[in-house]
Amino acid sequence: MGEVLVASQAALAEEGRKVVSVDGVEIGIFLVGTEIVAWLNHCPHQGGPVCQGRLMKAVEERLDDDKKSLGIHYKEGSLNIVCPWHGFEFDVRTGKYAGASSLKLKSVPVSIRDGGVYVRV
Amino acid sequence: MSDQPKISELPIIDAYTHSNDILAKVQQQSADRRMEDYLIVDVDSHIGDAEAWPEVLKFIENDATREAAAFFGGGTGRGAFINNQPGLQMQHVGGRIPHGAALQEKIDDKSVPRVVTLARRAMDSMGLSYQVFFPSALLFLGMHPVREMEVELALAYNRWIVEHVLPHEPRMKAMLYLPFNTPEAAEAMVKRFIGAKGVCGFLVTSTRYAPVHANEYMRVYSMLEEAGMPIGFHAHHNWNNEYTKQLNRFLSMHAISFVLSNLVHMTNWVINGLPERFPKLKVMWIESGLAWVPFLMQRLDHEYLMRVSEAPLLKRLPSEYMQEMFYTVQPMEATNMKLLEGTFEAIKADTQLLYASDWPHWDFDVPSRIYDLPFLNEQSKRNILGGNAAKVFNLEIPERYKSKY
Repeated sequence: MGEVLVASQAALAEEGRKVVSVDGVEIGIFLVGTEIVAWLNHCPHQGGPVCQGRLMKAVEERLDDDKKSLGIHYKEGSLNIVCPWHGFEFDVRTGKYAGASSLKLKSVPVSIRDGGVYVRV
Repeated sequence: MSDQPKISELPIIDAYTHSNDILAKVQQQSADRRMEDYLIVDVDSHIGDAEAWPEVLKFIENDATREAAAFFGGGTGRGAFINNQPGLQMQHVGGRIPHGAALQEKIDDKSVPRVVTLARRAMDSMGLSYQVFFPSALLFLGMHPVREMEVELALAYNRWIVEHVLPHEPRMKAMLYLPFNTPEAAEAMVKRFIGAKGVCGFLVTSTRYAPVHANEYMRVYSMLEEAGMPIGFHAHHNWNNEYTKQLNRFLSMHAISFVLSNLVHMTNWVINGLPERFPKLKVMWIESGLAWVPFLMQRLDHEYLMRVSEAPLLKRLPSEYMQEMFYTVQPMEATNMKLLEGTFEAIKADTQLLYASDWPHWDFDVPSRIYDLPFLNEQSKRNILGGNAAKVFNLEIPERYKSKY
């Protein structure tokens, strides 16, 4: 199909995310800081609509010098996309699963030019 | 004809999203796999719990309890007398799974109960011919400190389903709650509701401290055997158990306690020879996943062979009896496909395994999970997704599937 205009740059800047279907191919486009990434809207677990889920910080369990737990806290600077079906979490920048697994979201080429957001399908 | 691609925007999914939007990809999966001629029966779903509770309360027959119930939940009746645990409210994983808190979507159709509309939406999205449903609210009722409350609430719930819900939708079926802590009340429940339209079995919630081999239960089992009605043991979590109290995460507690209760009940069931006493009784183990079954088969066979004097009613190995019982698939542990294949073989999945979604709970399984298993042939997939359930529950197979079953 080639390159397809799916949104305006202004709309993406305002909302931070667009999830679109292009002839049935579902793609999530995310603006993370100044970086733009796009992932297939397909969770590698059960095929859920991962890009339509919540964007949340990752968590970490903090330990003190004696390795005693200080509890679970948000990890500053992180951002995960969470599949709304079963909670599988992926780093929205890299598409990598947040925990001990090699699962990864499938990337889609995306670019911005002339005020438009284009994906290659 | 335009060459322009068709572009549409998809919604962000939150707690208020329409079930059809949450489950849109299930429909797509079924279409991609050409599953339209597969009979699919969902043996375990839990739709519309909290919202429906005030409706259920109207069916409490003891007016003193019924009137008192209306004062719970800030005068709404919500949560009245339910002996619930905080863990049940942690299904949304800290807000990560929005529908895990509750299906809060808007429903304008007031002609049928809300649960009927929600069930129809799930059935349509998942391509189900039948759905057996059960409110989560009662899953911990077997631990209620007020014994008679289990009986009163169970009766109200069973009446609500039979009189208020099932008449609206023939695709909805129910396994009715047995107030198992009071055996004579369980018998009365079977007598009262057996043969009621849409009732396809009876259910024991497994979270309780009641040995299933106690003599007081023999009449109930006998009644169900005679009627050809399945009895299900539906697992649930229990964070109050002395062992599970040590677990500090919901995932740890959930992983262990959903299995622990059925490990105990199954062991008592087999070692006390209940399959020999009630050979025609259909027994089903629900929502413990599958990995526990081959573990227990091996463990019980091993111990039985050395201590046969403690299980004199058995004429075969424990595992052989377990192969004749029924299991629901969800939550299917599938991180090791070799072990899963071995499990399917051990439990004779072709005839004994039934698809269950557990929708809308946080660990629900979609039908394509079964369809995509690489070690199943087409007939096995058809059996597990619907054929086995049709046989166990005596469900009429819709005309369009008949040639395949």
